Amino acid sequence: MRLSLSLATSKKLIFFAALWPLVSIGFQAYQDQLGANPVEFIERHFGKWTLIFLCLTLAMTPLRKLTQNGRWLLHRRMLGLFVFFYASVHFLCYVGLDYAFAWEDMRDDILKHRYVLVGFLAWILLIPLAITSTKKMIGRLKTKWKQLHRLIYVIAILGLLHFFWLVKKDMTQPLIYLAVVLILFLIRIDFKFLRRS
Amino acid sequence: MLITNKRIGSEIPSSEITPENIYHERRLFFKSLGIAASSVAFLAASSKQVMAGVNVLPNFIHASNANEELLTPFKHITSYNNYYEFGTSKTDPAENAHTLKTDPWSIKIEGEVEKPLILSLDEIIKLAPLEERIYRLRCVEGWSMVVPWVGIPLSALIKKASPNSNAKFVEFISVSRPQEMVGQRSNVLDWPYSEGLRIDEAMHPLTILAVGLYGKLLPNQNGAPVRLVVPWKYGFKSAKAIVKIKLTEKMPATSWMKANSSEYGFYSNVNPEVDHPRWSQATERAIGDGFLSKRRKTEMFNGYTKEVESLYRGMDLRRYF
Repeated sequence: MRLSLSLATSKKLIFFAALWPLVSIGFQAYQDQLGANPVEFIERHFGKWTLIFLCLTLAMTPLRKLTQNGRWLLHRRMLGLFVFFYASVHFLCYVGLDYAFAWEDMRDDILKHRYVLVGFLAWILLIPLAITSTKKMIGRLKTKWKQLHRLIYVIAILGLLHFFWLVKKDMTQPLIYLAVVLILFLIRIDFKFLRRS
Repeated sequence: MLITNKRIGSEIPSSEITPENIYHERRLFFKSLGIAASSVAFLAASSKQVMAGVNVLPNFIHASNANEELLTPFKHITSYNNYYEFGTSKTDPAENAHTLKTDPWSIKIEGEVEKPLILSLDEIIKLAPLEERIYRLRCVEGWSMVVPWVGIPLSALIKKASPNSNAKFVEFISVSRPQEMVGQRSNVLDWPYSEGLRIDEAMHPLTILAVGLYGKLLPNQNGAPVRLVVPWKYGFKSAKAIVKIKLTEKMPATSWMKANSSEYGFYSNVNPEVDHPRWSQATERAIGDGFLSKRRKTEMFNGYTKEVESLYRGMDLRRYF
């Protein structure tokens, strides 16, 4: 099934599927199902989807190795850009909805609370990755591009910390994301060792 | 200051606003609570405006500024709860709390008292006239609600047991019934939930034992059948579903202090100057204000400075957070 699709078609399908978080929250808002604290609900929704797309992006290399099929990597850039897109929406919710552009309160919040700080740093680090995601930039940066894009590992760790430090007591949810990210990291390491021997 | 401690009384006859069927329903459940007929009239008078969909209650709310304060809608107060006995998500308690059996119920008062007691809920609510108190509830997580509680001053119950001279603190123990409280089957906190106050805080006239909200019996997710409400402290201090009150000489360790003593202190007074490692305590989001509203500035002692500052005179509130 997968192989029978042209690359352009599968890209289109993934693109539209990736818009689901926008559709679902719009639908919930329309149905008045955002609950007692809609700002928090929307913020968390986009935060969760940022982490999900981060995991999907990180899954492409392991999937290529597991399936011996290079096609996965052809979708990685779009998924990575969706990480940046949802992280930006999440951040904009914080800036616009939660803090209503009260810059001083926001600055204090970012500097005083480590979970906010690491989340903010993760978003900042995504910016250069998004800017250098074009074919032109890949060609221009060559080996440096690869080094630069290893920042995604740092971003993943910061994103997880952001979630862990936010949670008051029940760590179930962040532990699930941590487990997924660890597995995706481990598969990479494992395969490199195998190739060497 | 938002609230008030005003005994309900009322200028507007209930028949003018409350639809008759709602009024009669209310009579029924207050009867079941065992409240005298005259109190029924008072309570009905106080709550009917809300029941009829009127949001502004000038008779109850005494704001220090000219802004009119609004009560948080009943549906939000009863669907957005931190009550880990029924799950850690805010929506879990509304889904799971129905399994708790709240009748019969009694509270045991023991420890440093002359007269240890076990009182049923019916006996407790007869200790003092039930009053409606509209308080802002400020959660440590940076949100707040304005809740019209119905209850009695905690001091009435404590006096009944005659504390002795060793009684310096009051410990509150919530119910422990894993079969009826799904969240208690995991060790997310040290069950049963326990909280504590200094004796002068417990005897303060603002401190109440609530048995209702919005003129109705307390819903299970809000701590039925009887809970503490200490309006100048973060919400977690106001223990729910209380079964035991123990007067002690030493400061009791609370569930949240045991869970994380660097983040949750014994006092936990609302204080915008003392930040929490996770959440800003300078501002808060008012639940029910809609998502285009701004955060409001958190007030010292949640707006009850005038009433409670004397309790803490000379104390370093950064140290005793």
